[in-house]
Amino acid sequence: MTITDRPVDNGVNVPALLDARNALSAAPEAAQFTWRASCTWRNGTHSHSTVAGFTGLGAEQQHRTTYEYDTDHPECFASQDNGATPVELVLVGLAGCLTAGVAAVAQHRGIQLRSVTATIEGGMNILGILGADPEVRNGFEAITVRFAIDADASPDDLQALVAQSQKRSAVFDVVTNPTNVLVELA
Amino acid sequence: MIKTTVVVIGAGHAGLAMSRRLTERSIDHVVLERGEVANSWRTQRWPSLRLLTPNWLTRLPGCNYAGDAPDGYMPAADVVTTLAGYARFAAAPVRTATTVHTVRTAPEGFEVQANDDVFRARAVVVATGACARPAIPAVCGAVPPSVTTLTPLTYRDPGQLPDGGVLVVGGSATGVQLAREIHQSGRPVTLAAGEHVRLPRRYRGRDIFWWLEATGVLAERYDQIDDLTRARHLPSPQLTGTPEPAATDLNTLTAQGVRIVGRLGRITAGVAQFSGSLRNTCTLADLKMNRFLARADHWATARGLDDELPPAHRPAPTHVDPRGPLVLDLASGEITTILWATGFRPDHSWLDIPVRDRTGRILHNGGVVANAPGLYVLGLPVLRTRASTYIHGALKDTAALGTHLHSFLSHRAP
Repeated sequence: MTITDRPVDNGVNVPALLDARNALSAAPEAAQFTWRASCTWRNGTHSHSTVAGFTGLGAEQQHRTTYEYDTDHPECFASQDNGATPVELVLVGLAGCLTAGVAAVAQHRGIQLRSVTATIEGGMNILGILGADPEVRNGFEAITVRFAIDADASPDDLQALVAQSQKRSAVFDVVTNPTNVLVELA
Repeated sequence: MIKTTVVVIGAGHAGLAMSRRLTERSIDHVVLERGEVANSWRTQRWPSLRLLTPNWLTRLPGCNYAGDAPDGYMPAADVVTTLAGYARFAAAPVRTATTVHTVRTAPEGFEVQANDDVFRARAVVVATGACARPAIPAVCGAVPPSVTTLTPLTYRDPGQLPDGGVLVVGGSATGVQLAREIHQSGRPVTLAAGEHVRLPRRYRGRDIFWWLEATGVLAERYDQIDDLTRARHLPSPQLTGTPEPAATDLNTLTAQGVRIVGRLGRITAGVAQFSGSLRNTCTLADLKMNRFLARADHWATARGLDDELPPAHRPAPTHVDPRGPLVLDLASGEITTILWATGFRPDHSWLDIPVRDRTGRILHNGGVVANAPGLYVLGLPVLRTRASTYIHGALKDTAALGTHLHSFLSHRAP
């Protein structure tokens, strides 16, 4: 970490996050969020999903706009490739969550980031989802994330940055730990 | 009905140390102990247990370790004789075989019901320790009935376990010590490690606690620690007090053949699931250890000690098997025992005064219980300093709280 004339600005409002942590510790009901997505089948393996509103801080909230996602399978899967695959969206989610964490932790620790890129790979044996081999799982065998970070910080500092980001990442937790999923018919 | 000024509950090191402080100030008191002096050390520890701290760190008010093995680590049985000796030295007014049922407020302070007696006191000091009950995760309900389960409080030695594989849950000092001991008995051990604290047993020729004390880490105060809740919940460091100082970290266990897996998450249909975050968990522990060793090195350099000390070094990074298992079928017969090395909780269930936070823990400010004037608690992790977690922490803790209590008694008309 170097001493610079201007304060570190990675664009993360750390004081607001720390205030929120204090306020919500005193009012835990407000800390209960529910994230939502809605999905409509188009054709084949193509679906269209939207993300618009969520519940949190004791109220219904709305994103600035409705976010739209098409998901599909690729042509080599005998499909139409109208969008990224759902598993690729999971990798996008993980990369986005970890990168956001890198920025937040860097802000908190006074490290000025110049650039951050994350390359993420998930290995998968598709005999699992094809039901061809009961020993093979449906999901990823392993996921690797490679961060390239340009910042005024030592390699140790950057390693600690990335480690702390994982420690407090929602999607990292979703992917590495078991989560209850309940699917029902309306 | 027995009237006294102070009731101290628990005749462990903290209760006895407080008794000594009260005697020094001529404050009339009793110490109520459900068993014999040092009851927990007699009845709830396994025989091969040794203190994490070297003997030279065994200090109590008026009495320091004076044996011939200052660099050794005291076995549980010796802790018992040491504390029994201290109780005699301090002439502590201990009533043994006296179990407290209820403590509640009363007009002149407090009413303590113990056995068939009722004590009335102006102040009460809770010194029943931090490890009265095991903290067992809720998933224990999903363990198949074919698997034996136990906790460190009932564990005595590997011979009490059936043959077969053992799953040790928890990478604390207890977890790594028992994993090593059980694996050496010929029962293959799998250790499920969540967040853990790694430290070398010795560094640059000194015990790690020498460094923790010298650098001021042990003296760090509760009101100066950034994340106090986290500090109070840190697992105990992965250390062992074996006669030959040795590392007991995950690398050592792996070299001995223990299989390390991630934090136990869930048991579904008899299948245990482990976290895929083990790599980062180990990285975080290594980083934390290296930060402290760097602090120790800077401290030594600043004091011109580098010439007389062996050179600085770092333990090897924790090796994690990238293909380590994420699941284990507990119903397959591979695992015959689960040992829950998942921490402990105090037992303050007999305290009938609303002094708890929303998680059920006593709310206190450095041992002064909130909203209950005259009520104090001792012997909890990082009660007042990081040293509070260890035996010698009672020195400063009882000095400060003894002063506070004395002042409380003086300013409040009986």
